[in-house]
Amino acid sequence: MSNTNQNDLRENQAIPTVDGEDYLLEVKNLVKYFPIKGGFFGRTVGQVKAVDGVSFHIKRGTTMGLVGESGCGKSTIGRTILRLHDKTSGQVLFNGQDIFSLSSSELRKLRPKLQIIFQDPYSSLSPRLPVGEIIGEAVREHNIVPAAEFDDYITDIMKQCGLQEFHKDRYPHEFSGGQRQRICIARALALKPEFILCDEPVSALDVSIQAQIINLLRELQKNFGLTYLFISHDLSVVEHISDTVGVMYLGNMVEFAETEKIFDHPLHPYTQALFSAIPVPDPNYKMDRIVLEGSIPSPANPPAGCKFHTRCSKCMEVCKYAVPNWKEVEPGHFCACHLYNDAQEQAEAEQAIPAQAPAADGKKA
Amino acid sequence: MAKKKNDGYLSAKESRRISRENRKITNAYEKARKRKNVPESEYLTTMHDPNNAVEFDNLHSYFFTDTGVVRAVDGVSFNVPIGKTVGVVGESGCGKSVTSLSLMQLLQRPQGQTVEGEIRLNIGGNKAYDVTKAPNSVMQKLRGNYVSMIFQEPMTALNPVFRIGEQIEEVLKLHDDDHRTEEQFKARTIELLEMVGIANSEGVYRMYPHELSGGMRQRVVIAMALACNPRIIIADEPTTALDVTIQAQILDLLRQLKNKTNSSIMFITHDLGVIAEMADYVVVMYAGRVVEKGTAEDIFYHPAHPYTIGLMNSKPVVGKKVDELYSIPGKVPNPINMPKYCYFRDRCEMCVEQCSGEYPKEIQISDTHFVSCYRFDGKEAK
Repeated sequence: MSNTNQNDLRENQAIPTVDGEDYLLEVKNLVKYFPIKGGFFGRTVGQVKAVDGVSFHIKRGTTMGLVGESGCGKSTIGRTILRLHDKTSGQVLFNGQDIFSLSSSELRKLRPKLQIIFQDPYSSLSPRLPVGEIIGEAVREHNIVPAAEFDDYITDIMKQCGLQEFHKDRYPHEFSGGQRQRICIARALALKPEFILCDEPVSALDVSIQAQIINLLRELQKNFGLTYLFISHDLSVVEHISDTVGVMYLGNMVEFAETEKIFDHPLHPYTQALFSAIPVPDPNYKMDRIVLEGSIPSPANPPAGCKFHTRCSKCMEVCKYAVPNWKEVEPGHFCACHLYNDAQEQAEAEQAIPAQAPAADGKKA
Repeated sequence: MAKKKNDGYLSAKESRRISRENRKITNAYEKARKRKNVPESEYLTTMHDPNNAVEFDNLHSYFFTDTGVVRAVDGVSFNVPIGKTVGVVGESGCGKSVTSLSLMQLLQRPQGQTVEGEIRLNIGGNKAYDVTKAPNSVMQKLRGNYVSMIFQEPMTALNPVFRIGEQIEEVLKLHDDDHRTEEQFKARTIELLEMVGIANSEGVYRMYPHELSGGMRQRVVIAMALACNPRIIIADEPTTALDVTIQAQILDLLRQLKNKTNSSIMFITHDLGVIAEMADYVVVMYAGRVVEKGTAEDIFYHPAHPYTIGLMNSKPVVGKKVDELYSIPGKVPNPINMPKYCYFRDRCEMCVEQCSGEYPKEIQISDTHFVSCYRFDGKEAK
């Protein structure tokens, strides 16, 4: 399989969109490679394909969940969307505006609209600033409110996030994990954002605190019409909070659909395996688990063809050579897997099998 | 005691006074511990039930800190039967890990001390040792051979500057009674690596921890814990740092190994889903005490303590749609200066009048199900 052919397939990816809908964020064929430096002069000797052609849209005021194993590129996507990393290729449209075409002064104006909540509330707050300053620093810098209203505004934001006014003069080390995460949320919220990237915001918290933070995030979404991209590896949390869910594997989106659809009948074998591994709090529940053998391959040297074929229980001969198309299998349900090929696609894909390989007989090899 | 101006703040003078007092107490404990040639009769006991591998009996483990005494484990009693898995659930800071560290006698000394209670460890042949009184030389023989532990963070549990093979062999060499040769050690190490499902065992033997993925590292840590065929394996959140798919692999592995060696597992986690899958018995802990214990069916189908009920409701479950998650109001009380009444009263929504009284006793509500809550006062099973 030549490299050019792979690129062609990627450009042909259908984008999950319905015309006329109000999308806040559109990501088109986003690619992000990190160079591997090596050798005596620090030359680039390879590339880590962290994000390898991902497309999705988020409707205004909704939440999209992004799930996948660690190292599959979830966080890289999030950070590239915010332009914390530069892209390799592709497009990110925010309100129809390409984020990567902006000059640095234009980007600075846009920054308050795009905010992020980090995973670890212990390392993402400066230990040397009082909480009022942590929340207010960017507000002052971006002139969100006039100086006279500054104090009241910060107090108001803190109350919205369940913090008390007297917490303003305290330092982060005086707070528990849940309260720190509230400070992180208040910091993001203070800039009147439209979009918040939640990068595993509850993974570091206890179960009962998790529930408080999730409820807070949902309440704020209702009150302010926020749009979230919710990155997590906890599938039950994602199911609870998201309207749509994207599943990633090794830099590629393998499935995208509305939450009910994807949890009702996952199409991609990886999604099926992932969902079957969720532990259910019921001792007599018979688990029909698909255990994935081995671990995730290196993104610096991903397998040819479908990247999942090395661990897939339904692997066919074509999977080893042809990259599956990203297509709408059912209305609103997108998936990239050879299992759902129509006759024409199957024929095209089979051409990629080299002659010396045994011919694929039908569906299953 | 001087009146405090503000909760949680102490004057330097008071802090010095507390630490002086603490030193007196901890020095006494350390002195007793460091005696030489302790006769076996001092720590030899018998199991109350010979079918148990470990019996925790009214265990109190305290930390003597400069801001006061933290009662991390405050009267914990439960049993781990032979060949069964006991799940210990609770939030961070509730004393789950301190309970298991007390069994290993690995508490951070001299601040951390087991001040009261017994932990009876079944060593076979109708003999049992009380590990809280056992001297260090005896503990060293018990650790690894009878009890061993799988730690939470596979990255920090492994030494980054030694090869995997060396680290596992170290365990074997320390507990070597048969005077094996180098080749035999290596053969055993590779056998262990294969047992935990590492395919490329010869290769991994020569690798460093950073060359392995999280799931593989956790397998190595498990191999290390199983090196001397322990009777009790303490798994302290072994899958919390892992992905769901890897978690599934590790849980399967632990279950297989348990059945193969007929050992008991003490499984510590805060994930109720994992507990439901693994555990035969469940112990729910809150603020250093056991609030509820019973079989997995008891706990999951008939949760009795308000904390258990709250914990179950606050976790989103796949396939169950709720608009708003239940969240337990308030937070865990300060571990220094715990209240006299039920520790959960201030967060509880099912309070009755007696709740302001003493800490509730353990009430038996069925053959296997115990709960510490006044709501079941007078409803004991005969």
